[in-house]
Amino acid sequence: MTVAVFFGCTFIAFGPAVALFVFTIARDPLRVIFLIAGAFFWLVSLLLSSLVWFITVQISNKNSATQQTGLLIFGVVLSVLLQEAFRYGYYRLLKKANEGLLALSQEDTMPISIRQLAYVSGLGFGFMSGAFSVVNILSDSLGPGTVGIHGDSQHYFISSAFMTLAIILLHMFWGVVFFESCERQRWWGLGAVVISHLVVSCVSFVNPHYQGSLIPTYIILSVMAAWAYLCAGGSLRNLKLCLTCKDKDFLLANHRPR
Amino acid sequence: MADHVENAVNNVSNDGTEVGRHTETTPGRNEVELNGQPPTARPPQVLTDSEEDEDEELTLKYGAKHVIMLFIPVTLCMVVVVATIKSVSFYTQKDGQQLIYTPFREDTETVGQRALNSMLNAAIMISVIVVMTLVLVVLYKYRCYKVIQGWLFFSNLLLLFFFSFIYLGEVFKTYNVAMDYFTLAVIIWNFGVVGMICIHWKGPLRLQQAYLIMISALMALVFIKYLPEWTAWLILAAISVYDLLAVLCPKGPLRILVETAQERNEPIFPALIYSSTMVWLFNMADSAEPRNNSSHPVPQQENQDAVAPTAQPEDDGGFTPAWVNQQQHQLGPMQSTEDSRREIQELPSARPPPVEDEEERGVKLGLGDFIFYSMLVGKASATASGDWNTTIACFVAILIGLCLTLLLLAIFKKALPALPISITFGLVFYFATDNLVRPFMDQLAVHQFYI
Repeated sequence: MTVAVFFGCTFIAFGPAVALFVFTIARDPLRVIFLIAGAFFWLVSLLLSSLVWFITVQISNKNSATQQTGLLIFGVVLSVLLQEAFRYGYYRLLKKANEGLLALSQEDTMPISIRQLAYVSGLGFGFMSGAFSVVNILSDSLGPGTVGIHGDSQHYFISSAFMTLAIILLHMFWGVVFFESCERQRWWGLGAVVISHLVVSCVSFVNPHYQGSLIPTYIILSVMAAWAYLCAGGSLRNLKLCLTCKDKDFLLANHRPR
Repeated sequence: MADHVENAVNNVSNDGTEVGRHTETTPGRNEVELNGQPPTARPPQVLTDSEEDEDEELTLKYGAKHVIMLFIPVTLCMVVVVATIKSVSFYTQKDGQQLIYTPFREDTETVGQRALNSMLNAAIMISVIVVMTLVLVVLYKYRCYKVIQGWLFFSNLLLLFFFSFIYLGEVFKTYNVAMDYFTLAVIIWNFGVVGMICIHWKGPLRLQQAYLIMISALMALVFIKYLPEWTAWLILAAISVYDLLAVLCPKGPLRILVETAQERNEPIFPALIYSSTMVWLFNMADSAEPRNNSSHPVPQQENQDAVAPTAQPEDDGGFTPAWVNQQQHQLGPMQSTEDSRREIQELPSARPPPVEDEEERGVKLGLGDFIFYSMLVGKASATASGDWNTTIACFVAILIGLCLTLLLLAIFKKALPALPISITFGLVFYFATDNLVRPFMDQLAVHQFYI
């Protein structure tokens, strides 16, 4: 419970996401706005699911621990479903807005493509989700205390940080895959996103047996990363060209010699 | 440039297009076309009608740019307020002192009594604001510019010297920094004088913006400290309603103010508005100088008025001015009218066209808006048991409200209140997050479940 823990966990949890924001989103005002709108949509979904959970708790037996845990699990599942529903709602809203803009501008191209919107909205969802999961924990880590003094796991902070990192990146990948599936009318893609989200959340029920929750989460993260990469138009060939600095288009665009 | 002329000539009474140019979002163009006007939304020296294709895209991009130009200072102000609230305990301590505008105490025995007291407090505060606004409108109508200017000057003086002295003192106390009075006097003197110069006269743009953000943050902190709980929330809600009525109703004082300023072709209170670009065009300054000299005293900045004659140390006079500042949001667009008129005046003298283009036209937001947004977020971080979750939720809600307000501004192209949407969202999210989301997230964190 030191400043080192605080900074370490903060950078673990938010490092990649903030880097993505700074390098790809911060320069373009339109993307920033859509990111914040995505965060807002996630927030509204959380609000609704909390409302439902709160009502069920009020009408239940507060003394029974198992019932409360059961209600919490129900709350988690409901929240996941609502998040995905709001992701879909955001997709529809963006499509409508884009169509409107396209009609007005009498032009072929839109200022921001649906793929960029998928990425940005996914990251917005991720930022908000990560923030709500971990910020209170981080601020507690600054204060005095001993982790796990009552017999709980001592790896609480670091595991939270890693889980949050996974969730943020997962939201981004889910966003990309989700929008792509909606665009191509591939409903099984949608289903896969929802199911993987449910799996990731349900796997966290085995905490604090972190090997049971973190490992599957990261496996799903890698799978979704690969899928999102393919959805965004990447391929093995592209990857090779990029890594060996032989991608001519990219080099040209950045005015660098080969 | 030609566009400006055309627009000015074609829309003598309609400030819509010029207003619309501020935010440059899509719908404006539609209405412009309906009116038979050529599409504006372009840097004057570049635009021709054949560039309509890129119009929409650039319009949207510039609209987004303007929204971000407001997001950044609003975020900065909120960050300053939240950082202060979290670290300096002075602003969350309730010493039992209250402003004279909120005489009823909230530490009563029954809930009903407390509710009644807070409603009375809010009513008194709002009526004070209404009265101040009316006084301001009357003064403006009868051209008592000197009075307004002196009023604003004095209130800025109080804010920049006295309140910042208190703030600095509390920060030193929190971090246990030893400081002698001589050094402190030098620091405060320099800070205050440079601030007065930047705000009331000329100064580097970034410095002026920084000072405006700082004084908004200071004012918000004063409100957070001295307004009791329920009173503060009620005041926020009531102020949004008042803002809505005052700006949109035909007989609303703020609307009268705006229209009077329009009739007289004067900018209103350029000083206390946060502007993302220089208000006066660079090469306009020369020829516009004579006019500026006469009209400058008028616009004043706001109504910081508050420094009421009863100079009680805790008396925060800044309420009303801050109040009026928020209207600057809608008054902001009026400024462009002024600018474009000056541009037209410039034409015959064959000056080179102003370098200003879309990007430099900028947006303006009243300082009162800054103050109330920061006050809401500051209160959320000070008093919410959900702590950071509530703060983040209110922050996002306010930004989205601001975004929607700017969108509406682009659609309707007339003075719009900046408070109602954001404050409504902020209040809804504050209470919802604090009461509904917090227990849920707490339970999840205890079990380490992730959603």
